Amino acid sequence: MSAILKTQKLRVEFRSREMRQATKVALNGLDLEVQAGEVFGFLGPNGAGKTTTMNVLLGFVQPTSGEASLFGIDVRQPIARQRIGYLPEMTYYYKFLTAEELLRFYAKIFGLACGEADARIDRLLKLVELEHVRKCPIKSYSKGMQQRVGLAQALINNPDLLILDEPTSGLDPLGRMKVREIIQRLKDEGKTVFFSSHELGEVETVCDRVAIIYEGELKAVGNVQDITGRHASLEKSFLEIIGFQTPTTP
Amino acid sequence: MKNIFAVAGIVIKELYRRKDFYVLFIVTVLICLVMASVNIFNDAKIVRYLKEICLLLIWVCSLVIAVTTTARQIPAERENRTLLPLLAKPLTRPQLIFGKFLGCWLACGLALLCFYVFFGALSATREHQWPLLDYFQAATLHWFMLGIVVAMVLLGSLVFAAPSSNNTICFVVIGGILFVGRHLDQVALTLHEPFRTVVYSLYFAIPHLELFDVRDLVIHNWPLIPWLYFSLALLYALGYMAVFLVGTCLVFRRKAVN
Repeated sequence: MSAILKTQKLRVEFRSREMRQATKVALNGLDLEVQAGEVFGFLGPNGAGKTTTMNVLLGFVQPTSGEASLFGIDVRQPIARQRIGYLPEMTYYYKFLTAEELLRFYAKIFGLACGEADARIDRLLKLVELEHVRKCPIKSYSKGMQQRVGLAQALINNPDLLILDEPTSGLDPLGRMKVREIIQRLKDEGKTVFFSSHELGEVETVCDRVAIIYEGELKAVGNVQDITGRHASLEKSFLEIIGFQTPTTP
Repeated sequence: MKNIFAVAGIVIKELYRRKDFYVLFIVTVLICLVMASVNIFNDAKIVRYLKEICLLLIWVCSLVIAVTTTARQIPAERENRTLLPLLAKPLTRPQLIFGKFLGCWLACGLALLCFYVFFGALSATREHQWPLLDYFQAATLHWFMLGIVVAMVLLGSLVFAAPSSNNTICFVVIGGILFVGRHLDQVALTLHEPFRTVVYSLYFAIPHLELFDVRDLVIHNWPLIPWLYFSLALLYALGYMAVFLVGTCLVFRRKAVN
């Protein structure tokens, strides 16, 4: 297996007006490798640096130092994004478009020919179970449906690597289950999935490997079983790794 | 180019699926039809007042459409977070800017076409003539002027955080240029240094949008503008569009999108 996502000594510093120009280290020497064909869970509490890592990988944020590459190509080059799909957290897609039009728009950006785009749109709308509302404007969709449109747009180019930022955040149990099923199906198809989540139960179910990040530093990486170790669940291991003391019952 | 056209297509779709254009068009049509129903001195050929009001409304509406449509483009993409999946695709930031510009400019062009067709039809009912070349020159200059406005507002949408503040500032600036711009050189003569140099510099730096206001050509049926001057005016507009677009690309180049 080869690493298709790699970061080396990645460091990101922010200086914000809100913090009176104080420097905040969002990522500190992050080394990460994701192998082809695996589902990789990226865990951490809020503000740990998960989204920043994804933003660097997608070229939205320039690292202060260190390197990041996708398929061996520096992430600053647009060509590195040709073979990836990305689902951001809580996105409100163009309300005046239908799901079909939205997917056609993204297909055009990838330069897909009309026939190929149509076939792919049909397949994806079927996959995310939105075939029956394909002609309805997105503004009429529920949150779960919008999230599934997001998943479909992330898959429009048949990517080899899928980057999902908290794909089940804010969804009801049914919506979460559907998204989980889709990730499972993508895993079966041999796709590489790199996703962040707070739903540790779900991570335990679908991930091959996980990494735990806290305050911008990588705290643990390995198989779910290795990380869980002596604990009964991934949640307890996670809390221990980030140094949270669970209150003992009297 | 295909990426630029794809982004532009979405902007045009947004214009014709929102109500803004239809509301402005219907209001213009209603006001003009009411004015047209007034018969002054029992002479149906008196149409100058009608043409003047109709063209004024078209100018105001087109500026409102251009400013409001453009001002919300990038801020809405950021607010709804659609900028993230868009830039995660093989679409460069300059392509996005040029796509947004082209979409807004073409959308303004389509809206302008509807307005001018209505104007032409309305004046033809009274004057029984179609000075098509006059209309072509007036509408084309108007459209190119809107191109400068669109490029300027797009730059403003990156500099000013909120679309509402960008709207207000752009309306004030455009209004200022249209009404005061041409007099700045005379104002400069009355000032002492260093204000004289500052106002003179401003006079030469701002895009003179009033140059594109050739409503009188259509209202009074004046002879056509020489094609050389007409072409030079279009080149002048293209120059300013390029300057503003390059500025927008430079500002957007390193701007955090999250």
